[in-house]
Amino acid sequence: MMKKLSNIHWNHYLNYIVIGLFTLIFGSLSLGGMYLNSSLLFLMEKIAISIILAVSLSIVVGFLGELSLGHAGFMCVGAYLGGKVATLLEPSIGNSPFNLLISLIVGGAVAAVCGVIIGIPALRLRGDYLAIVTLAFGEIVKSLFQNSSDESFGGALGLDTPRYDKQYLFIWAFALVLITLAVVQNFIRSKHGRAVTAIRDNEIAARSSGINVTKYKLLAFTISAFFAGIAGVLYSFSNYTVQSAKFGYNYSIEILVMVVLGGMGSINGSIIAAALITFLNTKLATILTGDLAVLQNLFYAIILIAIIIYNNAPSLKNFRNRFNFGVLYRKLIKRNADPTNIGDDKAKWDVVPTKIEMNEVLSTDLNPSDNYIKGKGGDK
Amino acid sequence: MELILSTLINGLSLGGIYAMIALGYTMVYGIAKMLNFAHGDIIMVGGYVIYVFMSFHNPLLAILMAVICCVILGIVIEKVAYKPLRGASPLAVLITAIGVSYLLQSLAQIIFGSANKMVTVYEFGAIKLWGVTIQVSALVTLAVTVVVMTILTLFIKYTRIGRAMVAVSEDKGAAQLMGINVNKIITITFAIGSALAALAGLFYLLKAPSISNTLGAMPGIKAFTAAVIGGIGSIPGAMLGGILLGVVECISYKITAIAPYTDAIEFSILIIILLVKPTGFLGKVRREKV
Repeated sequence: MMKKLSNIHWNHYLNYIVIGLFTLIFGSLSLGGMYLNSSLLFLMEKIAISIILAVSLSIVVGFLGELSLGHAGFMCVGAYLGGKVATLLEPSIGNSPFNLLISLIVGGAVAAVCGVIIGIPALRLRGDYLAIVTLAFGEIVKSLFQNSSDESFGGALGLDTPRYDKQYLFIWAFALVLITLAVVQNFIRSKHGRAVTAIRDNEIAARSSGINVTKYKLLAFTISAFFAGIAGVLYSFSNYTVQSAKFGYNYSIEILVMVVLGGMGSINGSIIAAALITFLNTKLATILTGDLAVLQNLFYAIILIAIIIYNNAPSLKNFRNRFNFGVLYRKLIKRNADPTNIGDDKAKWDVVPTKIEMNEVLSTDLNPSDNYIKGKGGDK
Repeated sequence: MELILSTLINGLSLGGIYAMIALGYTMVYGIAKMLNFAHGDIIMVGGYVIYVFMSFHNPLLAILMAVICCVILGIVIEKVAYKPLRGASPLAVLITAIGVSYLLQSLAQIIFGSANKMVTVYEFGAIKLWGVTIQVSALVTLAVTVVVMTILTLFIKYTRIGRAMVAVSEDKGAAQLMGINVNKIITITFAIGSALAALAGLFYLLKAPSISNTLGAMPGIKAFTAAVIGGIGSIPGAMLGGILLGVVECISYKITAIAPYTDAIEFSILIIILLVKPTGFLGKVRREKV
């Protein structure tokens, strides 16, 4: 039986529609023989890679509630392994979509195995301890590839990879974005995703309700690592060389910033933030050259601090409640709704976990249960 | 034998530096319950202040100014960036700290340029001890570290402020009810941590007289690792972790086969230790209550 069109929650699929249309328009332009500016193509590839990274990290940070500082490490594994497979396959099957597909599978699979390996300490560690383990993992991966022999992974000079045809790569990249979205969004909305968010909200309560915490933690880390690996393979196809120095902890932080600025627990927020930050970074890098290049980091830092303080400072709560996206949205679209009533509408989680107001999520504690208990004044 | 002795002394002195930085991390974590990612960059600021004031050719003045500037900087960072976020989610505070770290690095690059600056604080030279050539700066580093840590331990154990710090780290709410000014204690903690970071900056300059805006990044992460190995929040733990990491690093550098993998080895040690003891060597195990 067909669902009635009016019964479909269109806003569930809005992100697919927007990205799909975008891909369709630019893809048909490119396939139709129109020559697209190579810097524009490169920017689109970068944006697609950032979106995949941010969405995959948001599984661990936003939905599982664990801090990961080693996401670039998974990407590094994917980039090197995918690039290597592509180089080995190039003589036999050339730089074809088939080659891309095999590389993607291999890169993603190996990264997923690393995800399982990192997921194992995650079972015993929490919070800051886990954060440092993921950071250490990223640095270890970087160091291993940096010191690899020239024949295997190119050592300090980096691995030379075959570059995919620019006019078509971005179509594959955005197709992969759509696949990532489909998998991640359906995972989060499924019974398994509910289990993951339950672990985030209260691990003990989740455990007592019969949720297999071990399984779901490993699952979240594996899926997250798999897509980071995919992003890495895409990176290796869009660049001439893969250099381990790129995948340091600074890059992991950049991905984390995308997730946090987009609003933790909001996939659409992560997408918007990833696209915006990548776009701004690229544009600023072309505008600010030479001595001015350093200003980019300065702006970045100041904006980051300002946004986090604005969104999270407890003393600014009243101010936030009067001026934010949620209020604007209600004023513009639902005129009669009470503009002050945007507080703890936790019930929304039951409907669609991904559709939460950005600011609301940003101000949500990762472990609301802790504060709740403390607030009661009894136990600590 | 000579090689072992000299490696050990170098390792202990490097470990002393790590321990000193790790103390900053661990004290701030214990008291404010936050990871101060910008701590490593205070080392870099300390180094640059020494560089600026060495134009007067007075090492003592330069060191004093470095400590004072870092203390002021630490307090300002705490007031401007971290204080508004007290009570917010730990992740938000962490990201702000990362923002502060970027801010300090890019400001340093704007002011001093991206090229390395050379500055010699003091030429200690080398001495022969039991037939082993040892850099005196390593011995000085070791000695100062031991003295500073002893003073710090005594300070925390026997002064009013020190005991107030312990109280705040045990239970913030109860400490406040007992009349302890928690905000003041947190500020003092940041000041002490920053002063230690300034000293660490000095020791880095004694080791290698060159400074860039990323001087503090890697030592910061290593010291953070050391703090976690020892058990974050524990002061003896930070010393233990720092010295362990320093010695391992120096030994690993001496063995040609594994020298390039030194960083990987250090971080692997961290992962293995955490797998066996999830709260580090001396960290407190906090039982989760429902």
